[in-house]
Amino acid sequence: MELLLAAGIGILTAVGLYLVFRAHTFPVILGLTFLSYAVNLFLFAMGRLAIDRPPVIVPDAAAYTDPLPQALVLTAIVISFGMTALIVVLALRGFLETGSDSSHLDAPRGGKGDAS
Amino acid sequence: MTLLLVVLVPFFGALLPPLVIRSGRNTCAMATGAVTLLALALLMSHAPAVFLGEVPKAEIPWVPAIGLSFSVFADGLGFFFAAMILTIGLLVIIYARYYLSREDPMGRFFTYLLLFQGAMVGVVLSDNVIALLVFWEMTSLTSFLLIGFWRKRADARQGARMALVVTGGGGLALIAGLLLVAEAAGSYQLSEILVRGDIVRASPLYLPALLLVLLGAFTKSAQFPFHFWLPHAMAAPTPVSAYLHSATMVKAGVFLLARLWPVLAGTDVWFLIVAPVGLATMLIGAVIALFKDDLKALLAFSTVSHLGLMTMLLGFGTPMAAVAAVFHIVNHATFKAALFMSAGIVDHETGTRDIRRLGGLVWLMPVTGTLALLASASMAGVPLFNGFLSKEMMLEEAAHTAYLGLDFLFPVLATVAALFSVAYSARFAIGTFLGKARHDYPHQPHDPPVGMWLPVAVLVVPVIAIGILPGVVAGPLVALTAGAVIGGPLPEYHLALWHGITPALVMSLAAFAGAALLLLGFGRADALRLRLPRPDAKAMFETASAGLVVASRRAVAAVHDGSLPRYAGVILATLVAVGGYGFWSATHAAGTRPLLPVSLPAATAFLALLLASGMVLLRHGDRLTALILTGVVGVIVALAFLQFSAPDLALTQISVDVVTTILMLLALNLLPKTTPPEESRAVRWRDGLLAGLAGLGVAALAYGVMTRDGTSISDYYLAESKPGGGGTNVVNVILVDFRGYDTFAEIIVLGIAALAIYALLDPALKGAAVRRIKAMLPHEEAMDAHPLLLVMATRVLLPLSLVVGTYIFLRGHNEPGGGFIAGLVVAIALIMQYIASGYGWAAERMRVDAQSYIGAGVAIAGLTGVAAFLFGRPFLTSTFGYLTWPVVGKFEVASAMAFDLGVFLTVVGVMVLSLAQLSRVARRIDPAPHNPEPMDVRLEPAASRAREG
Repeated sequence: MELLLAAGIGILTAVGLYLVFRAHTFPVILGLTFLSYAVNLFLFAMGRLAIDRPPVIVPDAAAYTDPLPQALVLTAIVISFGMTALIVVLALRGFLETGSDSSHLDAPRGGKGDAS
Repeated sequence: MTLLLVVLVPFFGALLPPLVIRSGRNTCAMATGAVTLLALALLMSHAPAVFLGEVPKAEIPWVPAIGLSFSVFADGLGFFFAAMILTIGLLVIIYARYYLSREDPMGRFFTYLLLFQGAMVGVVLSDNVIALLVFWEMTSLTSFLLIGFWRKRADARQGARMALVVTGGGGLALIAGLLLVAEAAGSYQLSEILVRGDIVRASPLYLPALLLVLLGAFTKSAQFPFHFWLPHAMAAPTPVSAYLHSATMVKAGVFLLARLWPVLAGTDVWFLIVAPVGLATMLIGAVIALFKDDLKALLAFSTVSHLGLMTMLLGFGTPMAAVAAVFHIVNHATFKAALFMSAGIVDHETGTRDIRRLGGLVWLMPVTGTLALLASASMAGVPLFNGFLSKEMMLEEAAHTAYLGLDFLFPVLATVAALFSVAYSARFAIGTFLGKARHDYPHQPHDPPVGMWLPVAVLVVPVIAIGILPGVVAGPLVALTAGAVIGGPLPEYHLALWHGITPALVMSLAAFAGAALLLLGFGRADALRLRLPRPDAKAMFETASAGLVVASRRAVAAVHDGSLPRYAGVILATLVAVGGYGFWSATHAAGTRPLLPVSLPAATAFLALLLASGMVLLRHGDRLTALILTGVVGVIVALAFLQFSAPDLALTQISVDVVTTILMLLALNLLPKTTPPEESRAVRWRDGLLAGLAGLGVAALAYGVMTRDGTSISDYYLAESKPGGGGTNVVNVILVDFRGYDTFAEIIVLGIAALAIYALLDPALKGAAVRRIKAMLPHEEAMDAHPLLLVMATRVLLPLSLVVGTYIFLRGHNEPGGGFIAGLVVAIALIMQYIASGYGWAAERMRVDAQSYIGAGVAIAGLTGVAAFLFGRPFLTSTFGYLTWPVVGKFEVASAMAFDLGVFLTVVGVMVLSLAQLSRVARRIDPAPHNPEPMDVRLEPAASRAREG
């Protein structure tokens, strides 16, 4: 199980980073979403894995999983929505103003974006 | 403690001038003077103790363990300098009241002046090295403000910038130097460092520390070759020149040399560097001063020369020379400040400072003229004035000094410097005040108001008093100060007018005779000078700084080419390299924690993740597909949370995923639908390799951690959740109670993000943006924009969703749920109304706009926190109790629930605002097909038939 999750985190990270390197904003945004998934899972995994041990206090529970990473990740998920939304809007506004959705901001080669 | 106040009073007092300037210029100057007087009185309350040989100290510890504390001490040297700074400061304030014109913003001027004063007093009284450095930098900054006070004048701005670059740059060197000294001495307290001179001099850090400290001191005190900034700083108002550039700030470098004299001086290196630098500065300054026609420029170079004199004396490294240096500091402060003020009066009265257009002023303004003549006699070193005494001592010391076996070098060059200083003093005095009275001045000059010449008179009194009775007037002060500089027993010396026929007297007489000859042949000397090449320091400085600007611009342009992928690549490559190094230099074995068995659903989910990610990777050019696949990945992540005992996370993830996908769909509506392939295969492989390596690293790290046991602080949360927070859902209790502060900050961040989205999109609807959107919109309205089924379904689902949201919210404290998740659920229900029935229809029915939700949410959360104050508890302290409601039964009410309500409202507002704004962009451009009806299919006929039937 641990190996599967670790591999999953690795895949999400790699795909996210690859997309972040693209020359257009939309893949970059998707890449950031992937990276958010990866980082949230990674943080969560720092609490170690446990099955059927939710951190809800019940009288006869044997043990609980670590609640702290969960609390941190919960807000991280919501915050990453705020971040994604802001970046989406920035990219949109940039596209509407310039007609290009290149992520090479002011590089000379950035001009050849898809103004079409 | 009063000693700390001496430093702090000017800083607090700096608030006063701009406040009281409305009551008039006199009140403003008086308030400023009162601040300085208060600081001076506080300092003087320590005078008896200081003269008895005690060293008053005061301290506010900050982080004493790493040597950080705000500590001051007033030994003889610090006390003398502080007294000088405050006394001359007082005189300068009086003088400036009359000097500044009505147009000058006096409040600002006095604020700068007091800030400078506080910084300067801080430099001389600091015990802690770090505090000294901070104050040192503050003197550079405040002097920048003061030199550039007349900001409309280009020369003032350039002079200010040059001074800041040179002294600030030196300050950076000084930071390094003093830290090395502190490191070598093993203490950050100067009073400790001063008694550990032997340790520091024996340390291998001594040489670099010395060089860096000297760089700081030489730049500040305008020593050759850094002397060029001081004359350009004369673009400052004259009170500033008199205060900063004669009496105080430029002496900071000399002060530092004196302060660290017991630690750094006495070695060959010290003598070989400091003494010749001082000598060269003294000579060059004096020569240039002679040929300056501007009174202030002449005085500026004379100051450079005198600073060189003090530096040279300290550089000799002998106790006797140190006594002479201290004595000259006292004398120079009095006569040079008086002369600067006189030059200001001349400028003020005649409208010119050009020595060629002046003359005979003593007949037109007798009081000022007399005072200035007395002070310039002291500057020339005429007997019966204080300048004579310290100059004699300097010549006496120089006469005995041999440099690298050359025993004539110092005596001869010191005499030549003395010769030039007599000559320029005479030229200043004769050219300005003596000779026939002229009547071709722009204004008819006469003596200024008493407030302007009184400070000069106050300074001229000690010039004469010390000159005639040195032992009585200055003896105790010099002994006190010199004792502190030397840090040991004083040498045998005698402050007196007549020492008999000594080498110094002969050198002095030679200087006078030579100066007379030089002045007689001044015309020829000037012509000779004009034929020699003269380096223009300002032009050189400007060229150098322009070159630096060009070079740094090129460097920045080369590194920052505006390509975000490239920046990300550089950052990631660095991370991979550092991480890779860490990986190879440590053990690679996985941990021994027992692993969980792999289940079939988990393996299936992993394969789905692999598939979806791989397709996104390969097919991201088709944006819609990539977006939907990203949503699929989000669902798998939510399932992973569910599997590993995190129901709250799963709920949050799935609802955020819905909102994010809708948001991106809305944006995609206005963006190109495909990404054109443009990178070459090599670029893609390179990126893929880098990303793959990083992914491997993260996976290995995650695996490494998950297979090892660790300790967690969560046991506390688990134990305290119920008894302390009143809830059994520990995650929720952490969010709204234990770490409520974090959550509070987070909802504020969310709110700011949403408002930024609003601000970014609201004005986006002009010019080119509008044309682009219009070109992109479909020309024909879709046939079935608001399908009946969807409209009806969402309408029915809305109240249900609201009930579910309330339920999730209420149970959140004890079961999975809470404000975040409830907010997301309700937001999705509301957004569905927009999607199904159209923006116009839904927006009309939103009674409260989304911004108000955000505002109310943050306010409620904040007020819940503040409410704890009413019970005398810290911010966000929670409380809870139990109520019995009819039907529902026993029910827990926690104050955290109100906090969670704030979270809930903020989340709803943020989600609705972001998405509604995005959907509005397209609508605002093309408002024609507004849908007043909730759906496209007309229902009226059927409804009317129903009524009929």
